[in-house]
Amino acid sequence: MTILPRRLKILAGQAVLYSLLTLLALFMMLPFIWMLSTSFKPQSEIFVSPPVLISPNMNLDGYRYIIEYGVLRSLWNTFFVAFSFTAVSLFFCALGGYGFAKYRFPGREGLFAFLLGTMIIPGAVTMVPTYIIMLKLGWMNTFWPLIVPGAANAFGIFFMRQYISAISDELLDAARIDGCGEFGIFTRCILPICVPGLTSLGLIFFMGTWNNYLGPLIYLKSPEKFTLPLFMMQMSGPPGFSMYREWMGVAVISVVPLLIIFLIFQRRFTEGLIAGAIKG
Amino acid sequence: MARAISASTPGDRRRGLWREIVKNRWAYVFISPFYILFLVFGFFPVLFSIYLSFHKWKGLGPMEFVGLGNYTYLFGIGGKVFWQSILNGILLFFMYVPIMTFLAIVLAVILNSRLVRFFQAYRTMIFAPYVTSMVAAGFTFRLMLENKGGLFNVALNMLGLPGVPWLEHIWWARVSLCLLVTWGWLGYNMVLMLAGLQTIPRELNEAALIDGASPVQAFFYVTIPLLRPVILFAVILSTMGSFGLFNEVMALTGGGPMRATLTTLVQIYGVAFGQYRFGRASAEAYVYFALIFGLTFLQFRYFGRQD
Repeated sequence: MTILPRRLKILAGQAVLYSLLTLLALFMMLPFIWMLSTSFKPQSEIFVSPPVLISPNMNLDGYRYIIEYGVLRSLWNTFFVAFSFTAVSLFFCALGGYGFAKYRFPGREGLFAFLLGTMIIPGAVTMVPTYIIMLKLGWMNTFWPLIVPGAANAFGIFFMRQYISAISDELLDAARIDGCGEFGIFTRCILPICVPGLTSLGLIFFMGTWNNYLGPLIYLKSPEKFTLPLFMMQMSGPPGFSMYREWMGVAVISVVPLLIIFLIFQRRFTEGLIAGAIKG
Repeated sequence: MARAISASTPGDRRRGLWREIVKNRWAYVFISPFYILFLVFGFFPVLFSIYLSFHKWKGLGPMEFVGLGNYTYLFGIGGKVFWQSILNGILLFFMYVPIMTFLAIVLAVILNSRLVRFFQAYRTMIFAPYVTSMVAAGFTFRLMLENKGGLFNVALNMLGLPGVPWLEHIWWARVSLCLLVTWGWLGYNMVLMLAGLQTIPRELNEAALIDGASPVQAFFYVTIPLLRPVILFAVILSTMGSFGLFNEVMALTGGGPMRATLTTLVQIYGVAFGQYRFGRASAEAYVYFALIFGLTFLQFRYFGRQD
């Protein structure tokens, strides 16, 4: 008899919990839904009461406009920069991580502590001099400034060192006895074993570069070089005229690819974030 | 005997060290890319920034040495906007970090408790904004927060409430920015907390409950103290985050109205690349660096004690 009220209480508690969680989840999804819906709406249905989610007047005019304006070019640029940066820095970070994880060389602790220490330097401090270096190198309005400076970064090396430390030394020694060179061990033994870790780190790099706005804002000057965030910020209609339909079209194009990648690799991605954070 | 003595002479030790270095030469090659890149894009800029901060330079032509001029200007008549941006960072920090962090902990505890089904689905939905471009999200929030006809005000009106000047009023603009930032970062913080919770043995909580603690007490007296290192890490990240907000500000408010949402990074960017005052921008960047460094240090000092 006493069990029944208790169970009721738990049930009520769960009902409250579920409704609050669902409400929150809905709030988190709302911008995505609204972005998608608005990108198809005619101007006259964007700011109306009651709000319109789906209407028979929806069309592709917004997308037609932004494609004419060059959004596909920007999409390609964004992909190109994100992919290049990811590929290059995965290689150098894994290489550095391997160096720190598997060799006991003089100065190792000091060099590693120094590497970690560099992470506290805020980007604001190096922003202007780096800009001047890029100017001198003739790298303005190219993708190099977005790829080169972070190609071997402290976070990535730290992350890969953690990962590679877990690989047994015997395996590497066996490869050495088989006549494998040090670099050969890296490419033939280490890299294949590290694929899960490289995937995690690669997703973090890819996302960071894809969504980067400050870098492209400083270095990319001509519209045919723009990445999506920059493309979106500089696309403006006549004064006093909001281009929300077109903006939302660009937003959809820049958000959907990452959401798809994230849904596929969700576990690897969060594992990477956690490994980078908790150990640090 | 002779060998034992010679092994301890400094010359031999040096030779031993040299042998170790040669033996591990590949390791130095492998780690060298970081140090080479850091030299060019880290070390040199840090020094050159100091040098620049003592000069007046517009990027073209000769530099003019002004001594501490940029700093006295910053701490004197010319620092109003900069200090406003620091103040904005502090205000934003207090407006969203406690709420977001607390919410992240609560969500993590709920999702970790196995009380909830569809755990994965909730986690995915709460985390999804983190992978979203904040420029795209900023525009979307602007759309939803539009004064006339924006989704939020329309919803408020339908509930019989007056609309809110989300982006036009200084405090509401800050609230709007906090809304966007919390939307974007809640999932990340929650995932961190979830990972932290997984390192805490379940038995500790169960023991507390058996001893007669209420779930709320167990949460405050068992879970939170054990989570402290993760919470500290998350809060430190958020501290740097609030001063360094850039994409969110540029897309949502542009720093306005009346510089109410101007964050320090946006301010420094503006001085450097809007006004081309490289000396002043460098001085501001250094003061900013010192402040961030000090704040992080204090947080470690006062909240990082393990006892």
